[in-house]
Amino acid sequence: MKKTISRWLDSDVGYSFRSSPVAIGAAVIALVCVFCALFAGWVAPHNPFDLAALELGDARLPPAWHADGRTKYLLGTDDQGRDILSALIYGARISLVVGVVSVVLSVVAGVVFGLLAGFFGGWLDAFLMRVCDVMLSFPPILVALLIAGVGRAMFPNAHETLAFGVLILSITLTGWVQYARTVRGSTLVERNKEYVQAARVTGVAPSRIMLRHVLPNVTGPVMVLATIQVATAIITEATLSFLGVGVPPTSPSLGTLIRVGNDYIFSGEWWITVFPGAMLVLIALSVNLLGDWLRDALNPRLR
Amino acid sequence: MIAFVLRRLIQSVIVMIAVAFISFLLFQYVGDPVSFLLGQDATPEEVREMRAALGLDQPFFVQFWYFLGNAVQGDFGMSLRQAAKVSGLIGERFPATLELALVAAFLALVIGIPMGVYTALRRGTFMSQVFMAISLLGVSLPTFLIGILLILVFAVGLGWFPSFGRGDTVQLGWWSTGLLTLDGWHHIVLPAVTLAIFQLTLIMRLVRAEMLEVLRTDYIKFARARGLSNRAIHFGHALKNTLVPVMTITGLQLGGLIAFAIITESVFQWPGMGLLFIQAVTFADIPVMAAYLCLVALIFVVINLVVDLLYFVVDPRLRVGKAGGH
Repeated sequence: MKKTISRWLDSDVGYSFRSSPVAIGAAVIALVCVFCALFAGWVAPHNPFDLAALELGDARLPPAWHADGRTKYLLGTDDQGRDILSALIYGARISLVVGVVSVVLSVVAGVVFGLLAGFFGGWLDAFLMRVCDVMLSFPPILVALLIAGVGRAMFPNAHETLAFGVLILSITLTGWVQYARTVRGSTLVERNKEYVQAARVTGVAPSRIMLRHVLPNVTGPVMVLATIQVATAIITEATLSFLGVGVPPTSPSLGTLIRVGNDYIFSGEWWITVFPGAMLVLIALSVNLLGDWLRDALNPRLR
Repeated sequence: MIAFVLRRLIQSVIVMIAVAFISFLLFQYVGDPVSFLLGQDATPEEVREMRAALGLDQPFFVQFWYFLGNAVQGDFGMSLRQAAKVSGLIGERFPATLELALVAAFLALVIGIPMGVYTALRRGTFMSQVFMAISLLGVSLPTFLIGILLILVFAVGLGWFPSFGRGDTVQLGWWSTGLLTLDGWHHIVLPAVTLAIFQLTLIMRLVRAEMLEVLRTDYIKFARARGLSNRAIHFGHALKNTLVPVMTITGLQLGGLIAFAIITESVFQWPGMGLLFIQAVTFADIPVMAAYLCLVALIFVVINLVVDLLYFVVDPRLRVGKAGGH
């Protein structure tokens, strides 16, 4: 383990990581967020889902440094007496899970379609690229909203349980297009290179050529895109949840917390909204910065 | 040129038909309109009559044809939630959204272009680094959060601007405008700024990148060699060529503004189409969703088409290239 890490730090990418304080900072913040999310049960001071532990008398307390605040609730409490810090950690977990799962799904779908379109060309390519054109001409948030809305209309009674599925599906369906385009473009270039022709001449099956020869050579741009898309997916999730068509309020994500807090900003309880919002920006910003760094690090022209 | 226009027109029509087809599928198969209109305890006889009255017993493509015919005339039936015609609902909301989007686009251009030019010309100065940092934050901040923060600071904290609604409006025929009253302008500030910030950062970064690119080209060097003033070079020669891609992106982003207006309108309770759409999504009001989808698609397609044509008009190289027959 130690050896692989030191080997990685010695590599080209590792060197550019070591020499970029912004990338290190962003990575530390992102890792802390992921760590808190994974071990939310241990990290969070309270369990926001434990209804027995909630006391309505503790509702809407300001942060601890405020005159009326209590040290027990570092960042204050929400309308039901939940500790904001704990709700935030659990919320970040849900946001991260939705973001990562939908990005993984769209990477898989995008890579498969992109490889097929680029490698075989013909009508399949033409059809897939026209679909991409149409999808790309609409803003993702609109498409995601539409899918979420249709999901609601089709399963009017079951949407509490299905909400996660519909949400992830809607983000996935809007995200795969970018990967498909990128992979197709790279595949078109790689397809005509000599190593692929050599493999073809020696009788390697097309599926094997695609997976073992072409795919490793198109992973760079996909990785960059996927990193940035995690931030986009988290923001899309938060936006949909904020608009009330995302995660159900029983298991609030950051967006749901902001939605709830939004009702209280006029009565002066700003912390219910601001802290989840800050958390969201922190995650999105650190992931974006990592993505920017990765793009520069993997770009051979900048080396 | 004519061939190009024709090809783009045909593509646009295909996109519109595809979108109309999706709307039609939604319309007919998601949520049963018959059981909705008749209620749960209708007799089979009534259901059959209703199906005939709605044309649901016709073959699939005949139904689609009727749907298209109605849609072209702007008729999308009745809203399931509000007892009103969908076209009427959208018609009375449309001006609010369009005014919001136009004011936001104006703000984004008027602030974004000078900021982009400044950061490109004065690279590395303190101010331009501040601008770049702001733009990174603008990209990472989700629109709804910007809206909430603006409300928190300028409506709740300072009390300078109202936080919801359109204020007083003036009726001009069927068009209700808030831009002719002081109260209307007062109300549009926060939502328009919210909507503009993302576009602003985008335009600023684009102008900066393009400007840096153009400043490296030979004709700029030649202009310098001729002894032209910096001012003439920067604004007469460089900026002009920078604005071609900016115009394209801005045009395309105008469609994006209408989509992002859904979020802004929801934060500020702005009575536009976006708010109508989000309510339709929450209550599964399919006719409103279908109509909104078609309308937004139409706006997008028209904007795309106009931008493509403008590109032709503005960039002479394209015309020459085509005439040369490559």
